[in-house]
Amino acid sequence: MRESITIRFAGDSGDGVQLLGNQFLVSSAKSGQNFMTFPDYPAEIRAPAGTTYGVSAYQIQIGELSVKSPGDEVDVLVAFNPAALKTNLHTLSKTGLIVINEDNFGSRNLKKAGYLENPLLNDSLSFFQTVVLPISSQTKLALKDLNLSNSESARAENFWVLGLILWMFDRETETISDWITHKFSDAMTSRANQLVLKAGHAFGEINEVEQKIPRLTSKNATYAPGRYRAIRGSEALSLGLIAASELSSKPILFCSYPITPASPLLHALTKQTDCGVRTFQAEDEIAAICAAIGASYAGILGVTSSSGPGIALKTEALGLALSAELPLLVINSQRGGPSTGLPTKTEQSDLLQAVYGRNGDSPIPVLASRSPSDNFDVAIEAVRIAIEFMTPVMLLTDGYLVNASEPWKLPKIDAYKKIIPRAAYGLTGDSQAMAYDRDPITQARTWVKPGDTHLMYRAGGLEKDFHSGNISYDPSNHEAMTNMRSQKMIAIQDDLSLINLTKDELKNEGLIISWGSTFGCIQEALQQKEVSSVSHINLRYLNPLPKNLKSIADQFEWILVPELNQGQLSKLLRAELAIDLVSYSKVQGLPFKVSEIIEKIHQLKRRY
Amino acid sequence: MEEEKKLTPKDYASNQEVRWCPGCGDYAILKTMTQVLSKLELKKENTVFVSGIGCASRFPYYLDTYGFHTIHGRAPAVATGIKLANPDLSVWVVTGDGDGLSIGGNHLLHLLRRNLDLNVLLFNNEIYGLTKGQYSPTSRIKTVSPSSPRGSIDSPVSPCKFAHGCGATFIARSIDTDKAGLSEVLERSYHHSGSSFVEILQNCIVYNNGIFDDLSDKAMRQLRVSHAQPLVFGANQEHGLAVSSSLQVEVIDAHRYPDRVLVHDETNPNLAHMLLNLDPQDYPVPIGVIFAVEKPTYEFTFHQETDGPYEKKHSVSSLIERGDIWEVVKT
Repeated sequence: MRESITIRFAGDSGDGVQLLGNQFLVSSAKSGQNFMTFPDYPAEIRAPAGTTYGVSAYQIQIGELSVKSPGDEVDVLVAFNPAALKTNLHTLSKTGLIVINEDNFGSRNLKKAGYLENPLLNDSLSFFQTVVLPISSQTKLALKDLNLSNSESARAENFWVLGLILWMFDRETETISDWITHKFSDAMTSRANQLVLKAGHAFGEINEVEQKIPRLTSKNATYAPGRYRAIRGSEALSLGLIAASELSSKPILFCSYPITPASPLLHALTKQTDCGVRTFQAEDEIAAICAAIGASYAGILGVTSSSGPGIALKTEALGLALSAELPLLVINSQRGGPSTGLPTKTEQSDLLQAVYGRNGDSPIPVLASRSPSDNFDVAIEAVRIAIEFMTPVMLLTDGYLVNASEPWKLPKIDAYKKIIPRAAYGLTGDSQAMAYDRDPITQARTWVKPGDTHLMYRAGGLEKDFHSGNISYDPSNHEAMTNMRSQKMIAIQDDLSLINLTKDELKNEGLIISWGSTFGCIQEALQQKEVSSVSHINLRYLNPLPKNLKSIADQFEWILVPELNQGQLSKLLRAELAIDLVSYSKVQGLPFKVSEIIEKIHQLKRRY
Repeated sequence: MEEEKKLTPKDYASNQEVRWCPGCGDYAILKTMTQVLSKLELKKENTVFVSGIGCASRFPYYLDTYGFHTIHGRAPAVATGIKLANPDLSVWVVTGDGDGLSIGGNHLLHLLRRNLDLNVLLFNNEIYGLTKGQYSPTSRIKTVSPSSPRGSIDSPVSPCKFAHGCGATFIARSIDTDKAGLSEVLERSYHHSGSSFVEILQNCIVYNNGIFDDLSDKAMRQLRVSHAQPLVFGANQEHGLAVSSSLQVEVIDAHRYPDRVLVHDETNPNLAHMLLNLDPQDYPVPIGVIFAVEKPTYEFTFHQETDGPYEKKHSVSSLIERGDIWEVVKT
């Protein structure tokens, strides 16, 4: 009996493995299982069929509540072709099971994948359980009455596999069958997919396909009572922005230029035209942030979104928003860098760019989300800080967090505080008031907008007089303005909730400090009994850091900082808080494995 | 209700000290602009001047309206955001030949092709002023400057030709000191629904003084274009433009062959193309509204998708509720 099982589907980009994975997810959720997914797709849209660099994969871990990562080792691997087998075999556990479509193991495909001999005919797979099936021919057989072409029939193969996998996990096909009816408007496609789904399921049952997959413990996930749905990170982020617009009563203009892996957010928001958020596809990254700044200047909230290289292009404009004291949200779906780097792979290596990467002394708040559904809350919080403190804000998420899915307990929007610009006093008509009067606590100026007759003003990127906003090159004024900008960060720090560890957590010897998407696998690791006496802080606020972080960190014997870069948070913590820590870095374009975290903790425990 | 007093040109000037070089052509443009604003009776609070970086881009500081002095080349993008946020504003982009056609050429292209309803004033002095006199993308070949001591080798771009290539729906050319002509063009650009592109030939007294001096021979060097009027020039309007059977532009005796003289039609893109391709070496320079056609504005189509700008029909709660939901009850 196992608490969780990991399944990985791998095939050509055109084989529909992402869709297959998503439907398995829905079925898992409805069977009461917890899950976390990891879509792993190539940068090429449709690389030549059968090649190793065109392989797309979808991994999902299902099981108990403890499931917080997509799983370290795969229990069931479905390989649609030799290339998929070759590139994914290393993910399989020693006792793993492989489902293989033997129809695709002809000499041409074997050659394309770089196999000198057919792995199905030698003993190279003898370690594993193999279920070798004629999936393509079976699919064709199921569709023989529909007069479909070979390619049309091939497109339905993913549903045959889904049917078989559902049978392996003792699941029915009705839910998915209903979904197919809604999904495909074309009656023929819909019918074909349903027939094939059933055929795959029946094939397993009739032929009693021999296989041993670990049984899941029957207790399933013990969720808190409530209503749930599966949510993908990009959708959570888009809903978070819509929620923030509602909570602040400010429309949002979302300006973006397509880039991997940030585009799913643009796509998700574009679907919703009538919820106060509109999208504008700009001509380039710079235009995208500048249009967002224009929107904020005109009194609605500008948001822009990109990934590493695009964020680099936005840097100058980000400084303008800071100088003009305008609210703005910049979302960075991080990917492997530098330069074009690894577009579809995940990394956390833009942290120092976000915190420090601008000309001049130019601090801005930086927040990071920790899980796909957390994107919702972080988006709201980022907008709150932008509006209440009149500042640009950077939200760091990553390729994994926008593409992965997890269960989401539906939030009640009434439970969130309204977002209110605090410095609204200037508009009342006080003749002494100036456009750049600031709230003494937040340092936020009034959000004056064209159309307002009072406090009409000119904004710009030249240094301006502290009060009037007119151009000023006065030395002491520049120092006062620089101080004001850093004072605003202190005001934000004062406003943030403190880190709250329980008495027991404070008693532990070791502390892990992490940020972003490493949250899930660290949480999953710490549920293992042998390392459970370690405390964990996952930072939502990277700049400014929570006020009590140092006083808490100082109470521990050792601090471990795992991150998917060469130690950027470690540098930040050492520089800002002067604390001693052990940096643990991984830069393979892949998330940490739970086992890697556990091993590292053991090492530290031995050392201290 | 208190009756609103008509604002004078002075009312549109800000209290900021103007910092252009004495004798700069920008002074004349600024003065004409305030007069036009007054004549059009534009509400100050509903008017926004957006600029990039360069001498021309200081313009917004000197007007008592809303203004945004942004970053180099990006004014069209910022203005796009402003206009999409609030389509009711009167938005004016002020840029120069370097700001608009060098570092910001890309944004100008996309602004014009989208046809947002705003006005672009490009002050063309064929030189970089604020960085002290280097050659610009409109400088003529062999321009000697600090960065081209042996003379520049880049072919210049013609701003109006560029605008035409981008699909601009309104293209005009004017001269800084020509108050009447500039006023007329600015008024027309305001009334045009869509992106109006106005090139203003502007003298840089320090780094490129006299570059447009030949135009002071109004009769022979300027071709004043006016819709439905013949394309003629000369002290007695004796020269006219005509087209030969092989589509070559000819200068003919307008008095002798009045029927052969072309009549300006600002809605004809082929005629605009012809006018914009006249080599200034051989022909007078077209001044006035060269091209003007109507097309739906970008913001109109953008907001037409919904019932109005940022119409809110669905609460976030209703969106959260969409999708496959399962319920966990207490056991």
